[in-house]
Amino acid sequence: MATLEIRDLHVTVEADNSTKEILKGVDLTVKQGETHAIMGPNGSGKSTLAYSLAGHPKYTITEGTVTLDGEDVLEMSVDERARAGLFLAMQYPVEVPGVSVSNFLRTSATAIRGEAPKLRTWVKEVKEAMERLNMDPSFAERNVNEGFSGGEKKRHEILQLELLKPKIAILDETDSGLDVDALRVVSEGVNRVRETGEVGTLLITHYTRILRYIKPDHVHVFSGGRIVESGGAELADKLEEEGYEAYTKGGASA
Amino acid sequence: MAEAQNIPVGSTTAGSIAVAAESTVATRMSAPPSFDVADFPVPHGREEEWRFTPLERLRGLHDGTAVATGSGLKVEVEAPEGVTVETVGRDDARLGKAGTPVDRIAAQAYSAFEKASVVTVPKEKVLETPIRIAVHGEGGVAFGHQVIELGAFAEAVVVIDHTGDAVLAANVDYILGDGAKLTVVSIQDWDEKSVHVAQHNALVGRDASFKSVVVTFGGDLVRLHPRVQYAGTGGEAELFGLYFTDKGQHQEHRLLVDHNTPHCKSNVAYKGALQGDDAHAVWIGDVLIEAKAEGTDTYEMNRNLVLTDGARVDSVPNLEIETGEIVGAGHASATGRFDDEQLFYLMARGIPEHEARRLVVRGFFAELVQQIGVADIEERLIAKIEEELEAAVA
Repeated sequence: MATLEIRDLHVTVEADNSTKEILKGVDLTVKQGETHAIMGPNGSGKSTLAYSLAGHPKYTITEGTVTLDGEDVLEMSVDERARAGLFLAMQYPVEVPGVSVSNFLRTSATAIRGEAPKLRTWVKEVKEAMERLNMDPSFAERNVNEGFSGGEKKRHEILQLELLKPKIAILDETDSGLDVDALRVVSEGVNRVRETGEVGTLLITHYTRILRYIKPDHVHVFSGGRIVESGGAELADKLEEEGYEAYTKGGASA
Repeated sequence: MAEAQNIPVGSTTAGSIAVAAESTVATRMSAPPSFDVADFPVPHGREEEWRFTPLERLRGLHDGTAVATGSGLKVEVEAPEGVTVETVGRDDARLGKAGTPVDRIAAQAYSAFEKASVVTVPKEKVLETPIRIAVHGEGGVAFGHQVIELGAFAEAVVVIDHTGDAVLAANVDYILGDGAKLTVVSIQDWDEKSVHVAQHNALVGRDASFKSVVVTFGGDLVRLHPRVQYAGTGGEAELFGLYFTDKGQHQEHRLLVDHNTPHCKSNVAYKGALQGDDAHAVWIGDVLIEAKAEGTDTYEMNRNLVLTDGARVDSVPNLEIETGEIVGAGHASATGRFDDEQLFYLMARGIPEHEARRLVVRGFFAELVQQIGVADIEERLIAKIEEELEAAVA
């Protein structure tokens, strides 16, 4: 069973000629089949955790370890991490002019699966996945993220999640900027992948809204660059009622 | 790609829109246009039209020391039935009709060529296959003159393919009759030592359409000067360009669209990728809308993608407007580094770095490659881009 283990992770970022520590000792274990929600106020370091795990060059790991099934993730390049089974659904997916969605998806699937998918089954696979996400077939001929609405970008991220079938999926604020209908469609996509039982999900969010559609097994409160409280789904209800105030005003000493 | 982000050190993207009573496109040249090389002083390098060009690498084309070798440049024309291909002497009346040399090397080429090649497509003849002109250098120095003339309502695609090792200065005239449609693809796929300087003059007839696709990969120094004028109203010109400038190469594209006639259109789009130390690309885009050219519609754009440190781009769009009675006029220029966020996004989907770079660069050029409309040339171009990128990775 695939397991992502994060131990005492410290991460810095260079900003305005100074080094700033954003993550200050994160400990977390995510197993295949589990769903963990990471919730926290803006600026608490949630997205830094997501991008650090994916290997974004902007972030420097200064301490700690990350392993996937015992393999050292921090030693891997960005593409190696993806091929090892990590997937990051980005909050702000990047436009790639001149590269069509269909070309991108096929290139990516070929890299992840280690061989080019058979054309006939692949076309069908993509078509069906797009239908499930209410995406128009013409979408495949557009350039990656170019001119996409907020909802289209997120659907495209979840489309990749469905096609690439990672071991561990990190969803960075996938719910932000979505209206209720889009949120439902995207959540259903995530749930289809979760229901296979083959993916561990790390759901990073600011709001509890998405948790009505995607039920977490574990909820962690993130503040000041670390996890300050962990619990079950009931912790999300508490956050819904009380907000993050208790954690941002001195309550975060745990 | 974001506008003008991360401009590499030393590069310029200065542009201007001037509303002027008198054009500086003409007055900032060191001499008025002329067919006679003696009318131009030998450039010293500080002139506006020469300031980006490394004169010492011109192999004497600019100062009269380059002498034609008599052989060493092979030109083969392959034309479908109905097309006339002639080799003519200097006194042929069809030469020099599309434009006059505007700088010393163009005038040198006009003063020094011995035989010119004239390709004629008769009126109303619509060609199904391209005319192919293969220019192959075998180590010589040559001065050339090429004329391509389309009669009224004729339609043709011409591919001019430059390969091998040569020092070549030339003028190329495109004359389009009324309602004619001409697409010219000029490929500079020279060996690494070659020097190629040429002025392209297009004279676009009434309601005629001219499309120029300039593709520059090879050579030590390539300096091309595509120019367009209109002979009647309703003319359209599209000037597209792709260049891939490698280590040590100087590739310069200077364009002029002279809107000298009312109700004509022009669209200019050049894109270049650069890699390696002292790769130098220069793009000068001059568009002049003369006072009489009411109803003009024009746009010009230059984009550069800098793949490595040590490369330099000078991009200067220049739009001069002498009348306000126009449909539209605009320009854009941007030079950016390879976008690390694009690279991260693709790699985060498992795509290895060299393949991700390939995707992005192919994507960058894709919209222009699709404009060519000649399948084997498009394929060759894509293969060439791949080859250049492979070289960069290795």
